[in-house]
Parts: sequence; structure tokens; C-alpha cells
Amino acid sequence: MSYNFAKGIEVLDQQIDSRIEAYFSSCVHCGLCAEACLFYTETSDPRYTPIYKLEPMRRLWREKHTFWGKFLIKMGLSQPLKEQDFADWETLVYDSCTMCGRCSMVCPVGIDITYMIRKEREGFSAAGYTPVGLQEATKRALTIGSPMGVTLKTLKAALVHVEKSTGLKIPLDQSGADYMALFSSMEVVNFPEYIESVARIFAAANVSWTISSEAFEATNSGIQIGSHDAAKEIVSRVVIAAEALGVKYVISPECGHAYTAIRWEGPNLIGRAYKFEVIHILELLDQLQKEGRLQFTGKTDTPLTFHDPCQIVRRGGVIESPRTLLDSVSSGFVEMTDHGSMNWCCGGGGGVSANERAEDLRLKVFDRKKQQIESLGVTTMVTSCANCRIVLEEGIEDREMDVEVIGLTELLAEYLMDNSTPAA
Amino acid sequence: MIGELIDGPLWYFAFGVFVLGVIYRIISILRAGLKKDFSRPRAEGSAGALRTLFSRFIPRRDVATRGRLTVIAGYLFHLGLFALLIFAQPHVTFFSERITGFSWPALPYWAFIVSAELAFIGLLLLWLHRVLHPVTRLLSSIDDYVGIGLVFLVMLTGCLALAQAFEPLRLLHLFLAELLLIYFPFSNLMHAFTFAFSRAYTGATMARKGVNA
Repeated sequence: MSYNFAKGIEVLDQQIDSRIEAYFSSCVHCGLCAEACLFYTETSDPRYTPIYKLEPMRRLWREKHTFWGKFLIKMGLSQPLKEQDFADWETLVYDSCTMCGRCSMVCPVGIDITYMIRKEREGFSAAGYTPVGLQEATKRALTIGSPMGVTLKTLKAALVHVEKSTGLKIPLDQSGADYMALFSSMEVVNFPEYIESVARIFAAANVSWTISSEAFEATNSGIQIGSHDAAKEIVSRVVIAAEALGVKYVISPECGHAYTAIRWEGPNLIGRAYKFEVIHILELLDQLQKEGRLQFTGKTDTPLTFHDPCQIVRRGGVIESPRTLLDSVSSGFVEMTDHGSMNWCCGGGGGVSANERAEDLRLKVFDRKKQQIESLGVTTMVTSCANCRIVLEEGIEDREMDVEVIGLTELLAEYLMDNSTPAA
Repeated sequence: MIGELIDGPLWYFAFGVFVLGVIYRIISILRAGLKKDFSRPRAEGSAGALRTLFSRFIPRRDVATRGRLTVIAGYLFHLGLFALLIFAQPHVTFFSERITGFSWPALPYWAFIVSAELAFIGLLLLWLHRVLHPVTRLLSSIDDYVGIGLVFLVMLTGCLALAQAFEPLRLLHLFLAELLLIYFPFSNLMHAFTFAFSRAYTGATMARKGVNA
């Protein structure tokens, strides 16, 4: 990876908008954001204080946009942002922040720190100070079409298995279908049960859907590494495919950042509104159930809890749907102390799980989730993000815990009433 | 001579710097601009902006437990300070004569003492926390210490000058307050105004997503 400090400074400065100016002007360095961040609470290392991770951007703001900053630099009493600062902050910006957004919920003056980390990463990415794992994932996403190297061939192979086990025909490239489903590479490779569950549920609820062979990948490494151009290219593929097929909705799968990418950032990346709507799979299932098109039979009485994926719940707004759905198939659903929009991150979001360098730290901060699970005493955790799921499973294994993690859509499919009658 | 300067021209100068400086800072924030958000909102941003503007006065669980010292000290200091600034008898007289042209009921003497004590306790706790806690020690800059120092001195001389029997103390208090006013727009004391923008921006963005921030 080549470094370009001047470009990094230029791009970082371009990110400074009214929100960022107001945020930096408001910060009184109270340190309360640290108390909401699992990287601080689990390590007690003050360098993991969320707002401290924004020091390079704050210094640039001060140097270019404030009286004292300009004055002190002119007088030689303060140093401008240096290339070494990018090098020094790279691990703080990428390894110790999952962009989970908890800090943004507690700041007394209302600073959206996560928004600024996302923007700061644009500068770091332009300067070339990014983790190798994320660089490679982004490169694969741009060249192969998936951060994990999943190709259409891989998907088709997975679909053959799905068709065999469900006896259903999986619709590919069907123009005029109502819904176009996206999947994350993780689902195609590690959790094809998700695809199978979606197929069975949609058949039962009589949903007109398709998969596009041009754009089936939901994940977007561009928004994790902080590259506007890469993120835009990856989102554009989905937009072009969905608009070509003329679908009414694109379904975001059980993947956290994919939802943020396609639902919230996508239209801004391409600079216009979509000609379709984006719906999260859980929102769709909730809606189908409310319309009576999706019915369940029986309930599990196993005590279980729900791990809220940050980008779907806290940063995405899909808060009630997973709970309504869980209640309809489970009689033993209990909430963790901090749940919903204040849940604790699995520790692997925001590209951290794709960054091998961060592995030890990620496993260390898993202690927070471990405490949450143990204080509840359940041994089954349901979630709705393939990345959370794999990160949770790794943490559980590392801590030698006896906890099973399952995907919510799969759990629902298990209790599916196959003779659900379609609404008129 | 110095007294006349402090009581006259310097006051007008300091007040002018404060007002123009604050307006300038707010205009610079707004001028930086915001890009249009093309994503389809779940709810109106404006309602969320208003909600978060007020809801952040109440700390969420983490902050209320793990950060309770900061929260309690912060409340003691800010409430005490506002009570003194707006309702101390000499301030009511000063503001009505020089700025507003009308006056309002002032705090009785005992309430002044209570407010001053709370504000001092809050400020000292915040200062101690800043110096002693590893997180705040790492975050704090010279700006934070100058701000605390100036506010402390203004409050101290204000209390000493309360009797108003000793003119030099009143002048010293006024002089320090003038320094504070001049320093204000260039420092993070600006949070007294910009917090409203920060909360509103965050509240609006999150409300569009359907999250009560």
C-alpha cells in the first residue's frame, strides 16, 4: 500500500461539515463516551476513549477552522497534523472501533462520534493508513465482487444445495419480481441455512422474489475501510441490477453493515434516491406476519436471548421487528440488561473482524458480551447478522463457553407453518 | 482610572467580542454545510432534533452508573452557575441597567450561598476528575484548564464581592468576567451554544433512521 499524506489531509478536510464543526466545538472532554465503549470498559486503556480516536481529525479542524489553531501554528506554539499521526492513530481508528454507535448515544452534548469515525476513515484510507485485512477485502469486493472472494459460481453451487434440500426452485434474474434478495458472503459460505430459510419462508408466504446474478452481494467493504469511491461502486452494482430488474424492494440480509450501506448510505453515495425501497429481512418478515401471510406453529421453550446487531438496531432502526418475531416462536425469550438501541457490540463490527491484526483485542473485549450472557444464564443466543454470529461463535469458543448462536430467520423457518395462506 | 476603564470601555469591548465572536462561530459552523440526505426517512428529522435536544439532559444507564461522578458534578456546577449568573441580585441589577432594561426577581441571600456552594463543589470535582482520571487527563488540553481556571476565578471574586462594600473586589470580578467573555468565543466554552446544534444534528439523523437518540 502506498502512502499519500497530502491526499489524506485533503480528503480529511473535505469531510468537515456543519455537523463535525458543531461536534468538535461542543466537546468539553468530559470522557463519558469512554464509559459506553467496550474497548475502554474491557481494557481500561484511556487511548480507547472514543473521542480520542478522533484526535487527528480534531487537530486538522482546529488548525484549519479555528482562530486559536491558526494563531498557535503561526506562532510556532502548535504543530500541524503530521504523517506520523496517521501512523500512530491507525490502530485506534480501525482496530479499536467497531462503529457500533454506543458512544454517540451517551454523549451529553450529543456528539455523533461514530459518524465522525466513519468520516475520519475516509482521510486515513486516502492517506493509505488502513489495515491490510480491510485493504484486501475491499480489493476482492471491487475485483471479484465479494470481500470473501465469493463468485456467482460459488453462489450457484450453494443454491443447488438449497434447491435440493428444500425442493424449491430459487428464482434467478426474474424481471418484475417484487423483491430482490441480497446475501452476505458470510451467509453464502458459512450459513447457507439462511438462504434456505428465506426460500422456504418466501414460498410459504407466496412472496414474488428473485436473486440477481449481477448483484447478490450485500456487504460493502468500502464503508468499513472508509473509501467513498469503493463504497459507491459496490452500492451502484446493486442499484443498477435492481433497477434493471424493475423490483419494488431490495432485501437487506442478516448482515449489519450491509444494511447501513444499502439502506442509509447508498442513496448518498450515488447522489440520488433509489427507484426501489430497501427493506431489512426482519422488517419484511414482521410485515408478512402482520398481514397474515406468514404463520408459525409451535414455540421453543428454550431460554434464549437476542443479540442486537449494532448496524441493524442502534444505527439502523430495526428495533421492534426482531422482538415481535422472536416472541412468536419462543416462549423463553429474555432480554439482556442492555438491549435494543443500547446493546453492546459483539466486538467485530466496522471491519474489525476482517482485520487480523485486531484479533487479540477483539477477543479481549468479548468479555463484555460474556458478562451479559452469563448474568442472564441462557445458553442460546439469537442474532440477525452473520458477522456478529461468527464473531460471537469465535468469542464463545475462545472463552470455552457453552452457548449456541443461531440466526433469527433460520429459527423462524423452523417453526414455519407450511400451509400459510397467502393474502388475497 | 483603571476602574473607569473596566467599568466602561473594556466592558463594552468584552461584551462586543463575546456577542460578535459567538455569532461568527455559529455562522462558520452553519457555513460548512450539510449534504442533502437522499435516503428514505422513517420519520421526520425535526421531531428527533427537538427530542434529543432535551432527552440528553437525562443520562443513559452507562453514563449514570459508570460516569456518575461526572454527571453529578456536571449538574451541580451548571445549575449552580446558572442560578448565580441569572438570579444573583447584583447580576439582575447589572443586566437590567446595561443590557435588558428590565429586571426580574433575584435569589434571596441564602439561595445565593447554596447555589455558589453547589457550583464550587461541582467545579472543583470536575477539575479534580480532569486531573486525576486517566481518560480526562489524556483528553484535556490547555483550553480546558484555562476555561476552568477563569470560571473559578470569576466565581471566587464574585462571592468575595457580594457585599459590594469593597469596590476594588467588584472591579476585579468584573475584569475577570470581561476576560472570560473575550476568551469565550475562541474556546470550547462555546459548547454552551453549540451543544444545541450537536444534539439537534444527531437527533435528526437518528430519528430519520427510526432511532430515539
